[in-house]
Amino acid sequence: MPASIQHGRSANHTLRIVCPNGHLGFAPIKAGSFRIGCDSEPDLICADSGSCDVGPVPLGSDTSSSPLQWQTDDLETMLIASRRLGVPMIVGSAGDTGTNSRVDLFVRVIRELARKHKLAKFRIGYFYSEIGTDLLRRRIDRGDAVTGLDGRPPLDLATVEATERVVAVAGIHPYIKLLDEGADVIVGGRSSDCALFAAPAIRQGFPDALAYLYGKLLECASFCAEPYGAKESVLGEITMDDVKVTAMLPEQRCTVASVAGHAMYERSNPFYEHFLGGHIDMSRCRYEQYDERTVRVTGPSYVPASELRVKLEGSGKIGERYVGIVGVRDPYTIANIDLVTGWARQQVAERFGDSGYEVHFAVYGRDAILGASEPRKATPAHELAVVVQGVAPTTAMAEEVAMIATRQMFYARLPQVKGTAGGVAFVLDEVMPASPAYRWTLNHTMRVDDALELFPTFVTEAGV
Amino acid sequence: MAARKLSEIAKTIRSKNAGVDKYTFDVIFPDRASYELVRDSGVLSRDAVCRIFGIDAARITDHVAFDPALAIKFTIARLRPSGSPGDTDIFGAQQYGPLLDIEVPVS
Repeated sequence: MPASIQHGRSANHTLRIVCPNGHLGFAPIKAGSFRIGCDSEPDLICADSGSCDVGPVPLGSDTSSSPLQWQTDDLETMLIASRRLGVPMIVGSAGDTGTNSRVDLFVRVIRELARKHKLAKFRIGYFYSEIGTDLLRRRIDRGDAVTGLDGRPPLDLATVEATERVVAVAGIHPYIKLLDEGADVIVGGRSSDCALFAAPAIRQGFPDALAYLYGKLLECASFCAEPYGAKESVLGEITMDDVKVTAMLPEQRCTVASVAGHAMYERSNPFYEHFLGGHIDMSRCRYEQYDERTVRVTGPSYVPASELRVKLEGSGKIGERYVGIVGVRDPYTIANIDLVTGWARQQVAERFGDSGYEVHFAVYGRDAILGASEPRKATPAHELAVVVQGVAPTTAMAEEVAMIATRQMFYARLPQVKGTAGGVAFVLDEVMPASPAYRWTLNHTMRVDDALELFPTFVTEAGV
Repeated sequence: MAARKLSEIAKTIRSKNAGVDKYTFDVIFPDRASYELVRDSGVLSRDAVCRIFGIDAARITDHVAFDPALAIKFTIARLRPSGSPGDTDIFGAQQYGPLLDIEVPVS
């Protein structure tokens, strides 16, 4: 077997990237393997910070799901290493959602860190991804369809009205532009996970197909290694002929199974990866064990899009939200739990009517997680928990909806119940404020003339 | 005919969001023999997945056998987008439960 790529380049023309975290800020970078990665001759340090997985609330309310302290710690770890090694650092989809406020937040944190550590002057490049709903209205008005993804209908004005905030998903283009402008540190708005890795590789002349594959394999850090262990660093190397990826934690290795397994992670289909400007077809990829802890992948093909279409993510507010929790132990009540929740729902309707709010009951111990798809719903557990969500236009009404729905389960009228002193057990005799309820209103694509038109870039200085 | 549970044969059985409107399921095997055994048995065919989850075939958006990963992968359209009120699995990470006990004929 060849020598490990950890200890040196496998070809003359290569680009090596360390990825320390698949979702920067969401859980902390592990320092040990990152240190090894930094000692392994990286040309860049890159990490994505965004995900739709956190649900529609952060985008809608323009907040992060990651705590500021963890975001700061991860940025500090990367920034110190990047400046010490003199290699660029790229963070994509800042602050979980990649909205403008999250980009500004990351730029501010990086400036403060530069001051704190008295780092020599460097250039921060950043770009925005948010778009206004006015733009969407104009597109619809002139008949330029904003097309739905995953079975969604084309965007209509009612959905635009119901939308609070929209980000467009950038490709490689703003990253390349900022690298061209000499940025040492880049903070990206919303962008495809693979783009921040593919951009520097494409800029240096590596083939598009391999560059996007490179991004796809690296973007989740140690999720492409085994045994399972998140937030550990991985090192990737791209050449003109292949992509290699290796684990930095001594206890982990990249195997054909772990890397191929990762290639299909979180994607509906393992063969295609779409981004602004095209997609790659990975159906003919070959995965080989290169050295004991490194996998070599070859054979992707790049398919440019016939029309530039940018993906849009949008979130709209439904209302304020309160949550209540009750427990049930009586087997007769458990067998009739739908009558209990039905009674509670009816009490809410007597107070507020049939519409203008939402109330949801999730019956844990029976079918809360799978709902109608639960094959074992006929045999519930001996204890149940029912989690109630009340959603309404005002905080006061949401609280009352949740409170009626929760407390009235206590008073549910079941014909043969033995326990007449109370139908459920309260862990708290109260309902709790939760984040407002939002929903994903946009999962669409929109035509653009230029891959940069929605993503304004800026360069500023930091350090002393 | 003898049978073993899928959880005893597969190395990984997982579910996760694929975007905001879908769940995707990965069943990954430790070796080619077990992968081919399950793939060819039909216990994870499109029809079987419909029966297991009680859904229409139209909700299965993708279903592939992925040789390089020794994996069977399928994707199901959600009834409501992730994180909407009433959704109880924002990451889609616990939808795989019913797959664990599937009986695989091993003769």
